Amino acid sequence: MAAVSGGAAGWGHPRPGITLDNAFFWEGLRLGELRIQRCAACRQLRHPPGPLCPGCHSTDWDFVRSEGRGTIHSFVVAEHPQVPPFEYPNVIVLVDLAEGTRLVSRLADAEPESVAIGQPVAVDFETVDDALSLHFFRRLPEE
Amino acid sequence: MSAGIAGRAAIVGIGQTEFSKESGRSELALATEAVMAALADAGLEPREVDGMATFLMDENPEIEVQRAIGGGELTFFSRVHYGGGAACAVVMQAALAVMGGLADVVVCYRAMNERSGRRFGTGVQGQTPRATTESAHFGWYAPFGLLTPASWVAMQAQRYLHDTGATTEDFGRVSVACRRHAATNPAAWFHGQPITLEDHQASRWIVRPLRLLDCCQESDGGVAVVVTSVERARDLRRPPAVIRAAAQGASDDQQMMTSYYRPGIGDLPEMDLVARQLWKQSGLGPADVQTAVIYDHFTPFVLCQLESFGFCGRGEAKDFVKDGNIELGGGLPINTHGGQLGEAYIHGMNGVVEGVRQVRGTSPNPVAGTEHVLVTAGTGVPTSALLLGRD
Repeated sequence: MAAVSGGAAGWGHPRPGITLDNAFFWEGLRLGELRIQRCAACRQLRHPPGPLCPGCHSTDWDFVRSEGRGTIHSFVVAEHPQVPPFEYPNVIVLVDLAEGTRLVSRLADAEPESVAIGQPVAVDFETVDDALSLHFFRRLPEE
Repeated sequence: MSAGIAGRAAIVGIGQTEFSKESGRSELALATEAVMAALADAGLEPREVDGMATFLMDENPEIEVQRAIGGGELTFFSRVHYGGGAACAVVMQAALAVMGGLADVVVCYRAMNERSGRRFGTGVQGQTPRATTESAHFGWYAPFGLLTPASWVAMQAQRYLHDTGATTEDFGRVSVACRRHAATNPAAWFHGQPITLEDHQASRWIVRPLRLLDCCQESDGGVAVVVTSVERARDLRRPPAVIRAAAQGASDDQQMMTSYYRPGIGDLPEMDLVARQLWKQSGLGPADVQTAVIYDHFTPFVLCQLESFGFCGRGEAKDFVKDGNIELGGGLPINTHGGQLGEAYIHGMNGVVEGVRQVRGTSPNPVAGTEHVLVTAGTGVPTSALLLGRD
């Protein structure tokens, strides 16, 4: 593995910056829920979350629990640099959720050559440590 | 609408250090060396500088550069955010300051040891999360391993291939063109080292669909330009590179490096927005441009930009770049200094300097009959561009 400068050693698993706008999402993952922010006024879903609805400008919001089904909108296969704790090649996907929002996640159990745009996927969850859980996806049989 | 910014200011001096992988001196030393070179080129004294503009990401504050060069009073100083997207915007800010009577002589600079110091290609590796908006932003990507600029661009590049039917060989043609031009530029890191399409295809994966030879360099170096009014420019020693148009752009649902939430992600709406402004300000169009410096941190977005500016239709860049059309002797030679793939990665500022050299006729690879040069700034981020021309 090539040396990586910039202080990756001892970094542990990369963590998100938590703000009052996005804490609900990361809390949901620890409970095994994939949450999508929803405008409490016009019911529009949005991801990544924000403090107000870009459509109706309401600052009231709640969230829904996603069914966790979607399709691959795009993907990459990270090969270099190989940064702990990730395993390589690392297939990272941009998923179109059935609810209509989109998010980046990891694709498990995937030979890079077999991955294609449009494949159906379903969510699962993994615990990194007491403070952080993550979502990841697996492919479903194509219909 | 009036002509606005068009034709009011000019770049009258250019300066740069050598480009290396280990400069052996501080970033401030690189900045001052480039600035002094640009002032000498313009025939202006440091005491005459009353404005400065640089990147938010530059680590050399304006006042430190001013002190170091023995400069005078500054009446204008400004920073532009979003990485290399600032490359042309700093010149735009300088032109606005000159037009507005806020400053007479504005220096724009970018200097960094981003190979021997903190390597840019590492992206957000090692960054401590904070309760800030930008830390929250990168939190949607880093925990899943999407850590580097190459990885952020690759997500859009994959979709571009899917949407347009382009292949990674089309990415490679950009790299081949840049390395051909670098090969005959003595200032380029890859001087004398052209590559073939086969070399590109044989280079190792970084983040599929990007190979090593789709990625720009990491470089140490400094670059500066001097901007003043066209009236004053005519009294100076170099032929002015007149700013025919200058614009910034951030588009709908804009993100920094990860604009993944638009209906389509295989294009660059922010650069489309910049292009529309350039053509409107200048009254010119793609047929009026003889050569272009197209920001090339990663090859796929060069294809998207050719489409943004209307050099070809949407999804047709794969045909446009075939048969050497973007190389010397082709319809639109691009990155005649070698680009950031071939010359150096100075966050796009070295591209601004090459644009000026083409207007002056002093490029290492001059394009005959050049009247107008397009220069673009960083892609995947809020961006900017310039249209430079002869007086």
